[in-house]
Amino acid sequence: MPPAWAAPYVAPWVWTVVLALVKLVVVVAFVLLNATVLIWLERKVSGHMQNRVGPLRVGGPAGLLQSFADILKLLSKEDYAPRRGDRWMWALAPSVAFAPALLVFFVLPFGPHLVVQDLNVGLVFVTAVTSFTLLAIFMAGWGSDDKYSLIGAMRAGAQLFSYEIPMAMALVAVALATGTLDLVALVERQRAMWLIVPQFLAFLVFYVSSIAELNRTPFDLAEAESELVAGYHTEYSGLRWAIFFLAEYTNLLSSSILGALVFLGGWNGPWLPGWAWVIVKAYALIFVAMWIRWTLPRVRIDQLMDLGWKFLLPVSLVNIAVTGLWVAVRG
Amino acid sequence: MEGRSGLGVKGVAEGDGRGARGTVEARASEAPPAAPRREPEGVHTLEEAAAIAREAEAGVVQELTINLGPQHPSTHGVLRVIARLDGETVLGVQPDIGYLHRNWEKIVEGWMYPQIIPFADRNDYISSIFNEWLVCRAVEEGLGIELTERAEVLRTIFAELNRLISHAFWFGTYAMDIGAFTPFLYALRDREWAYDLFEKATGARQLYSYFRIGGLRNDVPDGWLRELADYLDYFEREAYPEYIRLLYTNEIFIARSEGVGVIPKEVALHFGATGPMLRASGVPYDVRRAEPYGAYPRCEFEIPVGERGDNLDRATVRVKEMRESVRIIRQCLSMLPEGEVLAPKTPRVLKVPEGDLYVRVESPRGELGLWLVSTGGLGPYRMKWRAPSFVNLQLLDYMCRGEKVADLIAGLGTIDIILGEVDR
Repeated sequence: MPPAWAAPYVAPWVWTVVLALVKLVVVVAFVLLNATVLIWLERKVSGHMQNRVGPLRVGGPAGLLQSFADILKLLSKEDYAPRRGDRWMWALAPSVAFAPALLVFFVLPFGPHLVVQDLNVGLVFVTAVTSFTLLAIFMAGWGSDDKYSLIGAMRAGAQLFSYEIPMAMALVAVALATGTLDLVALVERQRAMWLIVPQFLAFLVFYVSSIAELNRTPFDLAEAESELVAGYHTEYSGLRWAIFFLAEYTNLLSSSILGALVFLGGWNGPWLPGWAWVIVKAYALIFVAMWIRWTLPRVRIDQLMDLGWKFLLPVSLVNIAVTGLWVAVRG
Repeated sequence: MEGRSGLGVKGVAEGDGRGARGTVEARASEAPPAAPRREPEGVHTLEEAAAIAREAEAGVVQELTINLGPQHPSTHGVLRVIARLDGETVLGVQPDIGYLHRNWEKIVEGWMYPQIIPFADRNDYISSIFNEWLVCRAVEEGLGIELTERAEVLRTIFAELNRLISHAFWFGTYAMDIGAFTPFLYALRDREWAYDLFEKATGARQLYSYFRIGGLRNDVPDGWLRELADYLDYFEREAYPEYIRLLYTNEIFIARSEGVGVIPKEVALHFGATGPMLRASGVPYDVRRAEPYGAYPRCEFEIPVGERGDNLDRATVRVKEMRESVRIIRQCLSMLPEGEVLAPKTPRVLKVPEGDLYVRVESPRGELGLWLVSTGGLGPYRMKWRAPSFVNLQLLDYMCRGEKVADLIAGLGTIDIILGEVDR
């Protein structure tokens, strides 16, 4: 409904539509801006970890415009499509990868009222929507009709499926402990103490699983470049590849923001405004993910499965049991 | 076979039928056509692979044949590997070589001995000093040239420095093969200083052409030895402990390497593997010990030996060899005498007497051998290059059967092949 000052001028439905469009533009702009910053950050972080300096020359201080140069380069590339394979599936896959990554941002709150849509089952929604990435990877692997892509997609299927469960289990424990699935309420309950303290195991499981879900080293088996060239996106180039890339970094951002909200107290913090705290905490998690990526070797597929099913899942189940007992005893 | 007795023939027994021109064809181009090659069991030819692919399309078999290379991020050059997979498990691999073939052995047959040295550098381009040393030693043995003391010790220093470079580079590429990118750049950082040292002494960073028949092209510049000592200090104090830390404190590194690609002692011997490949399987064979040359007889060093023959052992052996190289260079520095670096009695016209001889050096990849057949001319009649990577590469199929695809790449990494040497 339009506020009182605008009510005489616009019809309610116009207001709703305009408001939705504005929100959409803001979210998309936020996501794109962050993705370019993240790509730049990844290059800088990896550079400094590797005895290099990273991008410097392409405009702005410390090569800040590198990502834009990359985008220009990718835009100017030939739109190459493999002759064989399922053309439609192949062409749709990048969009299918990007859509759920974007969708998550409509329920992630940056403050008590700074949220596009405050869902009372936000936690479930985020977990459910992010699993759609698997579909996109399968589409890319199948549509390319390329053996590397196919192996990459099969690996991704096994991996995402196995890590979705521990991740959901970790969040179940959180929901048990706080008694809510609403992300805003969840953050508000952390005023006294961040959830990472009582739910450290859940945080650990969540973080490891989210790195696996994001296909980042040490769990980047789906695109393992030393084995599978580029895995499921071997056959993609130019803009389509860029969208995959964008989806990857958007997912990194959204899962880090989710981690910051659920475990690191969200907007609770002194001095800074609330939304800034969310961003700072999310970027701290992102930095750790980058740190891990540029430090560790890749695990093998059977070791990956062992870690998921034989370690993370039991740990998260035990955590649920302990949390449940604690909640029951406390009443 | 007049000149033979005076040649110090090694490796070729008297009267076993292999000899210079007139007995058996030393050149392959003069030999009768070889018998058709029999494919090893379980590995397909290209035609068979295509047939399997057709059958797979028709739904008859569930086997996947994939082609790694020759343009592939992790084949260490232009190697093509045809792998048969059952899901993630490797059923068999067939390396397909020859993409970097430059006809080395045939080309040098028309050349004079000193001309061969720069071209020999291009065989094993990561550790090219060993190629030069081999060619020089072959001609020197044939002519009976005695090197000066300083030349021998300096040659040993350069060779061991090059072994450091080679093993450091291997360390980086192996880490990259198992998915860690950062160690590669750390290895390059340590390599860079050694390359600077080479550049100061030889004028080149990778392909030196520095050894001459009878010694070295020039002495090392002033202050070079001091800087070398600094580098050794740095390497031992900072780089080496870092490699050890990266190896033995990284859970994933151990998990990916331990018990993977196991080669038992007998198999390694049977395939004729040499170098770290053989030593990791528990055979302490090292040409520097078995048939000492250069300044090695006077140096004290250990030969690191593995137990299981897996990827971890091969990594350990190489990393430990780096430390031994530092030890050898230190000893060489302390025993380095003053004097000329080129033997004064080196003849101006180099004509190796008629006959054949086999010399070998221990390159970072194994026993690097050269069979030189001479008819008494200015150049060789035949030069047969025994490339250790070529021999070691044959073990790839054995190592990878039943392992995962990722281990195929890791296994290929631990063989430490240089395609320039494999294909020649």
